Amino acid sequence: MKVKHMTLKSRLCWALAGVLSAAWIVITIFPFLFMVLNSFKEKFEILTEGVFSWPKHFYLENYITVFEKGIGRYFFNSIVVCALSLIIALLVSACAAYPISRLKFKFNQYLLLIIIACMSIPVHITLIPIFKMSKDVGLYDSIASLIGPNVAFALPISIFILTGFMAGIPRELEEAAEIDGCGRFTSFFSIIFPLSRPGLATLAIYNGVEIWNGFIFSYTLTQSPESRTLPLAIWDFQGMHSMNAPMIMAVLTITFLPMLFLFIIFQEKLMEGMTVGAVKG
Amino acid sequence: MKQKQTEPQPQMTLTARRGIADRNASLILTLPAILLLVIFILYPIVDSFGISLMKWNGISADKQFIGLGNWKKLISDTAFWKAFFNNVKIMLLSLLIQLPAALLISTLLHVIGKKGKALKCLWFIPMLMSSVAVGFLFKYALSTTDGIFTTLSMMLGGGRIDLLGSNRFALLTVTMVICWQFIPFYMIFFLASYSNIDREVYEAALIDGATKPKYFIYVALPLLKPAIRNACILSMVGSLKYFDLIYVMTNGGPGTATELMATYMYKLSFKEFNMSYGSTVASGMLIVITLFASITMKFTTKTES
Repeated sequence: MKVKHMTLKSRLCWALAGVLSAAWIVITIFPFLFMVLNSFKEKFEILTEGVFSWPKHFYLENYITVFEKGIGRYFFNSIVVCALSLIIALLVSACAAYPISRLKFKFNQYLLLIIIACMSIPVHITLIPIFKMSKDVGLYDSIASLIGPNVAFALPISIFILTGFMAGIPRELEEAAEIDGCGRFTSFFSIIFPLSRPGLATLAIYNGVEIWNGFIFSYTLTQSPESRTLPLAIWDFQGMHSMNAPMIMAVLTITFLPMLFLFIIFQEKLMEGMTVGAVKG
Repeated sequence: MKQKQTEPQPQMTLTARRGIADRNASLILTLPAILLLVIFILYPIVDSFGISLMKWNGISADKQFIGLGNWKKLISDTAFWKAFFNNVKIMLLSLLIQLPAALLISTLLHVIGKKGKALKCLWFIPMLMSSVAVGFLFKYALSTTDGIFTTLSMMLGGGRIDLLGSNRFALLTVTMVICWQFIPFYMIFFLASYSNIDREVYEAALIDGATKPKYFIYVALPLLKPAIRNACILSMVGSLKYFDLIYVMTNGGPGTATELMATYMYKLSFKEFNMSYGSTVASGMLIVITLFASITMKFTTKTES
């Protein structure tokens, strides 16, 4: 039932909404345009031509140089760290979430409380000790040193979310399994774990993005380009070429592309996954 | 029930057997998680507090126990409290800007419905960049010599505009960048909360004679209160933890205009090699954040029935 005429007041409201929306679109998109356009300029073109100018010709040298200087290595490291950390984190979380949500053992509830408390702990308080540990164990400046902290900090929220998720699975399934002679482990691996796939997928997205974009652990625990991850590529390049704004823009664009690509494919799933951290009890 | 009580022998009941199975499975399955949490979170916290009681530069084996010396220093450390207040300023500004803006945008998207999907995706894009990337992007975009604002101002006949290098405006500018990056997050969050409201509530309100605006003010918004509360807590705790963006954009500068607790701690520990005092700052941060989070939660859960 659509009312055809709009009152003046509601017309004004929609007009205002339109103006504000347009403004917010411009504010949202403009920095990206700035980044991409300027990445095609030559080194001092911004100073000579001004920041809003269209590039004189689409100068690809910046991108070529960035790749020559080894950004591929950073990419590779990011992929390895992300994949390994995710697999371990999700497995460990699922294993831990199962007892907490479905098995009767008093200690489980205390564990849940500790896990919830861990959710808001800032990484900074663990930096110095973890730095010390990585040096003592000899893993400093290697990709391996990044896996542990990344997994550990992904655990609290993952266990919390998975616990909620698993608690919603009907008990009948387990009871039937028990009658059929399944032990707890078979029950878990064959029934509950597969059924938790949606929750695991969401957490894979959330944790994946956090680890992919993470800066402070890589910055503290690694030094050489062989072990550094993508966010550090920006830092390292910036250290060497801070005067070459277009080259920095090229680095920024390159590091942004994977996420943009994933966003185009997954859209809703990605938005949902990235904000799962907001849904806290 | 399969109770094996046919003979007076000490057989276990099914319940007891289940209990043992539950216990064993629980212990084994939670062990990896417990190990990881202890090694990388719980032990480091204790260790940090331990280091804060010493005098150590992080490199030499020379560690002296000095008791609460560092803590006394922390309490009277103007640099720390300046950093703390910077965190608080960012927190207040973020609450005042991010949440209302996100609420407005999400309301608009909710009203438009499915047709707004493209808009929603477009508005989400800032969240796709890492904080480091955002920091560097805006460092160049807001550059004093050839950034956006300077260029605009020069086109209008003015002079250079120095945002990140000015004592007065640096913190405000940095907060604006943070808002740019995180408003989409809260937008999606509120949008999800809106979709959780049953359609029937909306229809019932319309039947009762409410207009759309009245529906939003008197029905929808109150229903969104838990979500808004959670968003506030998240935003506040997040503001106290900031590191990446500021470290990369201004490194706490100019001077200490944008110094935050996290950047202060980092510089002390890894640039000045004063790890013991750095640990003290980090431990102080933990205490502050825990206090803030608990007080806020206490205050806001009281009002919920």
